[in-house]
Amino acid sequence: MELLAFARGPALTFSLAIFVLGVVWRLVGVLALPPWHDYSPPREGAPPNWLAAIRAVFRKMIPHKTFLKDGMFTTINGYVFHFGLAIVVFLFVPHIVLIQSLFGVSWPGLPNGVITGVGGLTAASLLGALAYRLTSPVLKLISRPNDYISWLLTFLPVATGLAATAHVGLRYETMLALHILSVCAFLIWFPFGKLMHAFLFVLSRGATGIRFGHRGAQL
Amino acid sequence: MTAKTTASGAAYDVQGDRADTERRDAAMQAFVRDFARTAAIHMESCLRCGMCANACHFYVTTGDPKYTPINKLRPFEQAYHRHIGPFAPIYRLFGLKSNVSIEMLQEWESLIYDGCTLCGRCTLACPMGIDISELIKEARHGMYKAGLVPDRLELMDRTAKAWGSPASPSEDFADIIRDAGEEHGVPMNIDLPKADYVVTVAPAELTEHTKALSDVAKILNKIGASWTYSTEGFEASNIGYINGDLPLQEKMTRKIIDNAIRIGAHTLILPECGHAYGAARWEAARWYGKKLPLRIIHMTEFLAELVTSGRIKLKKMGETTCFHDPCQLVRRGGVTEAPRAVLKGLGLDLTEFEDHGELAWCCGGGGGVVSNVRADPLRFKAFSIKRKQVEDAKTQHFVTACGQCRITLTLGAKHDKWDQKVESLLELVADHLED
Ligand code: SF4
Ligand code: SF4
Ligand code: SF4
Repeated sequence: MELLAFARGPALTFSLAIFVLGVVWRLVGVLALPPWHDYSPPREGAPPNWLAAIRAVFRKMIPHKTFLKDGMFTTINGYVFHFGLAIVVFLFVPHIVLIQSLFGVSWPGLPNGVITGVGGLTAASLLGALAYRLTSPVLKLISRPNDYISWLLTFLPVATGLAATAHVGLRYETMLALHILSVCAFLIWFPFGKLMHAFLFVLSRGATGIRFGHRGAQL
Repeated sequence: MTAKTTASGAAYDVQGDRADTERRDAAMQAFVRDFARTAAIHMESCLRCGMCANACHFYVTTGDPKYTPINKLRPFEQAYHRHIGPFAPIYRLFGLKSNVSIEMLQEWESLIYDGCTLCGRCTLACPMGIDISELIKEARHGMYKAGLVPDRLELMDRTAKAWGSPASPSEDFADIIRDAGEEHGVPMNIDLPKADYVVTVAPAELTEHTKALSDVAKILNKIGASWTYSTEGFEASNIGYINGDLPLQEKMTRKIIDNAIRIGAHTLILPECGHAYGAARWEAARWYGKKLPLRIIHMTEFLAELVTSGRIKLKKMGETTCFHDPCQLVRRGGVTEAPRAVLKGLGLDLTEFEDHGELAWCCGGGGGVVSNVRADPLRFKAFSIKRKQVEDAKTQHFVTACGQCRITLTLGAKHDKWDQKVESLLELVADHLED
């Protein structure tokens, strides 16, 4: 019980603080760099920058067909675990209760059985991503410790969450505490590693969208 | 200058005799100096997903993972995190990112110059929208400062500094123009003090493709334009832009722009050259820090305007063709419809490649690769993609709108002993002007 109280209390508060501060630090750190002033005249009919940026954010949701030929697994598997994570994080009833207690908002959840199924699929998909990273010569070459740490800290909350709800492993309270602690680790790591892409993708796609939009080029 | 190989067998050239650490520091300073927001966002955003690999002709045709686009940035990624990124102080404090070694930069020279045409196809494949090719171009700024550039490219750099062009001395320019005019029976304008249009050229036109020089003249004469070639500013291909030599890039740019302003031109016409378009259309204004008082257009845009507005009439060819989209013009320049409008004006029935327009495969020779003989074997491999596309299209003509692409494709065909002519859009237009 003590571990659970620690996890729910100081550990969670501390990691949320690191998460928020770290994210802000990293975003400010890049956004504070000087912008590049483009004095070249835009292509006739070029969209305004904000529109070009938004279009790019959406355009990049789906790869061009030609890049799917070799990128099918990466793309589909990526979609599976991203949606899976979103569903278990935001539509599992106990999570919604927690969010309500923290922020005062709530919404209907999904039945526990469905969440367990989705959680299992997400875990399998994450394992698939890891297997691919460990075997593809390209991924082996370009991967960094960051990628493995980020993978592990994403996988652990899923695995401990599944174990806690399925009542396998240790006592429920202990499993729950471990689950929360794994989420704390995830939150602490988030701003420093590539998990940050959850924020950066808007900036990264948007910046290229602006460059290309100005030129009248297609993304 | 000495040609060397690294422990792993990668070729590299070195210029100058500075100490290794001095080179390394020069590279890092040059790379770090102009770091702007977009580049930083992109350096932060890689997912290590590998999607960019299959977009790159060099990876696809060799199967060697080292040609994965994002891998070409490795030393600079390390430098970014150590010197610029939001956590740089932490990285340095805990020694989490070591300083880039000179060996690493040597190893990467061939990836950054031989193994990248700056074609930007990887940018389109990246789910994060990271503009990888732009970052590689920035990495070249660092490599140039370190004196780690392929000798052939450095030679062109020095020639351009001495002559004002990598192809021929400025003093010879007027003669080359006059000779081309005489050979093809076209009246030429050279060094007129005032003109509305000033025409610039690419190196290939001063050597192999001299007919292009009179072709432009023929068209401008036909529409009764006030135009001129200028000894003071003729060279539009910007070897500084390609090599990462920023002072030279600025010098080459100012030469053609200042000259055009001086003679009161409202339009500067760029040759059929992709990188000239990148350097002038999108980057010229950066050296002036303001909007320029003239229009800069690519030959293909100019032709398209004349054809679609009806200012020139063309004899219909009534034949079939395929078209190679020059990367800098189309994917990175947004000039996709113009060449197609011209082909249509010529009465050529266009069979599109499976991947065309912004998704087109690179010719394999851009970004200086075709001039860097060391990269020949790699370039010939990459050519196989284009060859297959052309063969599958089964058309009577094969046209492009960049002289460098044309040379790359012609050399590729020759190497393969494949009898395939590569034609220029400009030449076709000039040859089919209605009287
Ligand atoms: S810009 Fe082109 S050549 Fe360079 S890495 Fe990207 S796809 Fe490959
Ligand atoms: S496609 Fe983009 S995100 Fe993926 S590895 Fe390449 S650069 Fe990184
Ligand atoms: S791309 Fe280009 S660099 Fe450049 S010559 Fe053409 S043709 Fe020129």
